[in-house]
Amino acid sequence: MTERNEPITHGMSGALPDSGGERLKLSRQKPCIEVDKLNLFYGSTQALKSISLTIPEKRVTAFIGPSGCGKSTLLRCCNRMNDLIDTCRIEGEIRLDGQNIYAPTIDVAELRRKVGMVFQKPNPFPKSIYENVAYGLRIQGVKDRRVLDEVVEKSLRRAALWDEVKDRLDANAFSLSGGQQQRLVIARAIAIEPEVILLDEPASALDPISTAKIEELIFELKEEFTIVIVTHNMQQAARVSDFTAYLYLGELVEYDDTVTIFTNPKQQATEDYITGRYG
Amino acid sequence: MARKELTTTSRDNPGLKAWFGQGTPWVWLSGGAVSISMVMVIGLILLIAVRGLAHFWPAAVVEFDYVAVPGDDPVRVIGEVNRSETMTAQAMREAGFAVPDDQALVSRHLIKQGNRDVTGRDFIWYLEDGMSEWRYPADVVQIERLQWGDFFGFVRSYLIDGIAVAQGPQARAMFEEKLRETGALVEQIGRIERFDIGNVNFRMERLRLRQRGLELTVDLDPSTRAQIEAELEAEQTLLEDEYEVLEAQRQALRDEVGRFAITVETMEGRMVTIGLADIVHAWWPNDMSVPAKLSHYVGEFWKFVSGFPREANTEGGILPAIFGTVLMVLIMSVVVTPFGVLAAIYLREYAKQGPLVRTIRISVNNLAGVPSIVFGVFGLGFFVYFLGGTIDQTFYAEALPSPTFGSPAIIWASLTLALLTLPVVIVSTEEGLARIPSAIREGSLALGATKAETLWRTVVPLAAPGMMTGLILAVARAAGEVAPLMLVGVVKLAPSLPVDGNPPFLHLDRAFMHLGFHIFDVGFQSPNVEAGRPLVYATALILVLIIIVLNLTAITIRNHLREKYKSESD
Repeated sequence: MTERNEPITHGMSGALPDSGGERLKLSRQKPCIEVDKLNLFYGSTQALKSISLTIPEKRVTAFIGPSGCGKSTLLRCCNRMNDLIDTCRIEGEIRLDGQNIYAPTIDVAELRRKVGMVFQKPNPFPKSIYENVAYGLRIQGVKDRRVLDEVVEKSLRRAALWDEVKDRLDANAFSLSGGQQQRLVIARAIAIEPEVILLDEPASALDPISTAKIEELIFELKEEFTIVIVTHNMQQAARVSDFTAYLYLGELVEYDDTVTIFTNPKQQATEDYITGRYG
Repeated sequence: MARKELTTTSRDNPGLKAWFGQGTPWVWLSGGAVSISMVMVIGLILLIAVRGLAHFWPAAVVEFDYVAVPGDDPVRVIGEVNRSETMTAQAMREAGFAVPDDQALVSRHLIKQGNRDVTGRDFIWYLEDGMSEWRYPADVVQIERLQWGDFFGFVRSYLIDGIAVAQGPQARAMFEEKLRETGALVEQIGRIERFDIGNVNFRMERLRLRQRGLELTVDLDPSTRAQIEAELEAEQTLLEDEYEVLEAQRQALRDEVGRFAITVETMEGRMVTIGLADIVHAWWPNDMSVPAKLSHYVGEFWKFVSGFPREANTEGGILPAIFGTVLMVLIMSVVVTPFGVLAAIYLREYAKQGPLVRTIRISVNNLAGVPSIVFGVFGLGFFVYFLGGTIDQTFYAEALPSPTFGSPAIIWASLTLALLTLPVVIVSTEEGLARIPSAIREGSLALGATKAETLWRTVVPLAAPGMMTGLILAVARAAGEVAPLMLVGVVKLAPSLPVDGNPPFLHLDRAFMHLGFHIFDVGFQSPNVEAGRPLVYATALILVLIIIVLNLTAITIRNHLREKYKSESD
């Protein structure tokens, strides 16, 4: 908690780390995911154009950019959720711990167990809270009730939801509020101990208080997980992320540590977007 | 700048155009359509309920003197007024009744006078003009018999071993008392005949088939053959002994019951002796209090629902038909649900959406529009003759040439109906699957579930209400279907139920009775149309009730599932 940026309720400028503080150097980080010359096509339209970037381990990396810039697409490439789209075609490589996840021998289900994902809208299963969290383990064939109980409690605690739901684990997940549902979905994702958690605009459907809780949670989770977050909200990117990539029209415009991106961007386009002069 | 004012319409004279514009006519039109539908449904149910249920009420028995042609001697008539109508005199003259020339209209009454064995006709029309005043004699008895239908008359004496021991009112009292005893005995005889002797016969048939099978086996060394033969013979002797015992028991009971009889005076004044063994029930309709009538009513209704049919289905109960209908629908559901659900899952989840899948989908939908009799013909050709025939040749060769599965049977009827209702289940399940938000699938896949795991753990349970909707529609359609069943399994009278105490307990190779066909048979194929008429309504009512019960059960399950997988937060 020492690295904690600033109280999240502050404005954008206050959310930025002190410029005098120690800057994280991108080049000094241990890589987790390496994207290498990634091209992605939906039918004949190219959605991502030769993207290369390295996502460091146990840090929060944010993808920002205007709608349709390909940031969600890039995120979904990291656990191959784009496979679900029939017309989607990919060139290039994404390596997780040095292994190309688009190699034909890769077991996609296993990959997704390593790279978890949380979506924009909370999507709990219409089951009990307990079963939602235990889902991933049950898929893996865990039947021992003690193990399940333990993991469910631990995951809910890490997702800062335990105290709110411990008395009604058997209640339907839909009885929770939107923010609670999103934290439940995060608990569900971390229950299977992934390496990476992909967050696709996790707070855009939530109210400010729930958003704050999610951001706090992200901050705590980066101790253990590599986190990649897509967000529309630049203040949010500034508050929660260590590194930020700015994408525009399928191209990676600039990628650096968050302080640099927000205070001293090298590209004019980045600065225009960040200062709201975009468009 | 001049502001444009809102157009206002006067409340008193809104104008036709404004009235149309407001949409009021559409409200009235749609409301009207709903009301007409409601009136028709309620009217239909009321009609069959009233006509069907009235049959069991012990109606008063009238007595009058009738003069067919003026100047003739009056004849005494006793019977129940079945219905009355007013006809034109001309029509009646053409029908052979004597009607005075100056009369334009004639009222006539259909009298159920029973005694079919004595007079030959039990329902006769009488013109009101020839009737005397109606009388309601208190001592007139109505007797329901095992054969020949109802009997009307007056109990004159009570006989034991052919000797009259009581006369008049005393005879009635003794008869009434004894009837309760003999009724139980008659029931016991029925049970022995239907179940115990039926059971022995079943085992004997089994034994015969085993003997026949032994004859058909060629490669068997003589000593083993002799041994098996001896075993079978010993078994046969045992069964024959068992049969003898049962037969003796039955005969003893019969002799016991056969000792008692009554003589009854008919309306013509003839004395008829009726053995108590032939009597199901006897009552004095003009001498009953309202509670007695009510209890009689309930008893009769219960006998109708729980009894076996007699007299070419125009008497007795409809239990086998109820049983057959329900069992057939259940077997059909068990078959059609997995088939339809799996087909829908493949079409929706796995198949590559393209021209081929579109063609399949169109074909499936069109299958729902094929006339049901066509399915019956297909079922007869494919299931009964081909599948059944093959099964017989493979597994039941010893029974040939008499077929086991190669004849119309409940399993083939159920399969034919499953085929008929398959499109409904497929379409509903597909709709159910299509309704599941992709976020749920993605959530499951993102947790490392494979497509199959996602399907079975999350998608299919969520689509369960859609499947149940399909099943509800399928049940509603299948339970009311008659035409194809006549080809593949339904018979007028099935000697035994498809479920009984003989292993394997569920006999799918048996023909069965069905309420829908029963209605057709009693209403249009029976020799005694008048006697069958109320039963048609009563049977129709039971059929409707069964469909309602089956549907309500399915709907309850569906609502329960919906509640369980509720996916809305509010």
